Amino acid sequence: MNIRVLYFGRLKDTAGCSEEQLPWAGGNTATLLAQLRARGDSWAQALAEGQVFRLVVNQQVVRGEADIPPGAEVGILPPVTGG
Amino acid sequence: MYCHISIQTGGFDLAAEEAALRQHAGDAGALVVFQGMVRAHDTATPLAALFLEHYPGVTEAEIQRIASNAAQRWPLAAVRVIHRVGSLAPGEQIVLVLVASGHRKAAFAAAEYLMDYLKTEAPFWKREDFVDGSRRWVDAKASDDAAAARWG
Repeated sequence: MNIRVLYFGRLKDTAGCSEEQLPWAGGNTATLLAQLRARGDSWAQALAEGQVFRLVVNQQVVRGEADIPPGAEVGILPPVTGG
Repeated sequence: MYCHISIQTGGFDLAAEEAALRQHAGDAGALVVFQGMVRAHDTATPLAALFLEHYPGVTEAEIQRIASNAAQRWPLAAVRVIHRVGSLAPGEQIVLVLVASGHRKAAFAAAEYLMDYLKTEAPFWKREDFVDGSRRWVDAKASDDAAAARWG
C-alpha cells in the first residue's frame, strides 16, 4: 500500500516534483519525516526542525503528530508566506 | 456571521465586493477594507512577478477557521476574503479582506487579525520571479509570527 505525498513551496525544488507515491508500511507523521530526512543532506536540511510548518493528513491539518493510514494523502508544508 | 472565501487567479472589483457584502451585513455601522498589492522593489533586483501557490481545499478550510476564531472575539456581521494565486505583476491586487461589524473598533481589529493569520496560518507560498530570470521562494518573516502571536 502507498501513500501520496504532496510537496509545496521550496520543498518542490528539494523533491524535484510536486508529489510522489511512497510505499507505506504504516506509521505516523514523525515516521514519514524521519524516512524522508534519511534520503540525504538536502532532504535533511529542507525538512529540518523549523523548516517544516505543518503536515496535512487527508486534508486535515496536523498539530503535533498524527497517524498516517495506508492510502492517505499527506501534504508537507514549509513555513507559509501568504497575505 | 456571513463569511465568503475565494481563492482565485483573477483580480477583484472593490466596489462590487463591498456592495455584495453589504447585502449580508444587516445594520452594520462599520466596514473595513484591506487590499494588499504586489510590491516591485522589495529587493535589489526588481521583481518581474510574484508567483503564489496554495493547497486547494485546505486553504479554504484554514481561512474559514481563522474567520470563525475572529467571530468569537468580536461581534462580526460579515467577512469577505479573496486571495489570489498564480503569477501576479507588481502593482496587482493580491489579497482582499472586508469586515463588517456594528462598530469600527471591532471591524478594524478583526481585519488586522484576519491579515495576521492569513500570513502565518493559511497555506500559501510566495515565489519571487525577478527580471533577470532568477527565482526565489520567500522566507517566512519572524515579524509576521510576532504580529499573529500578540493576539494570544
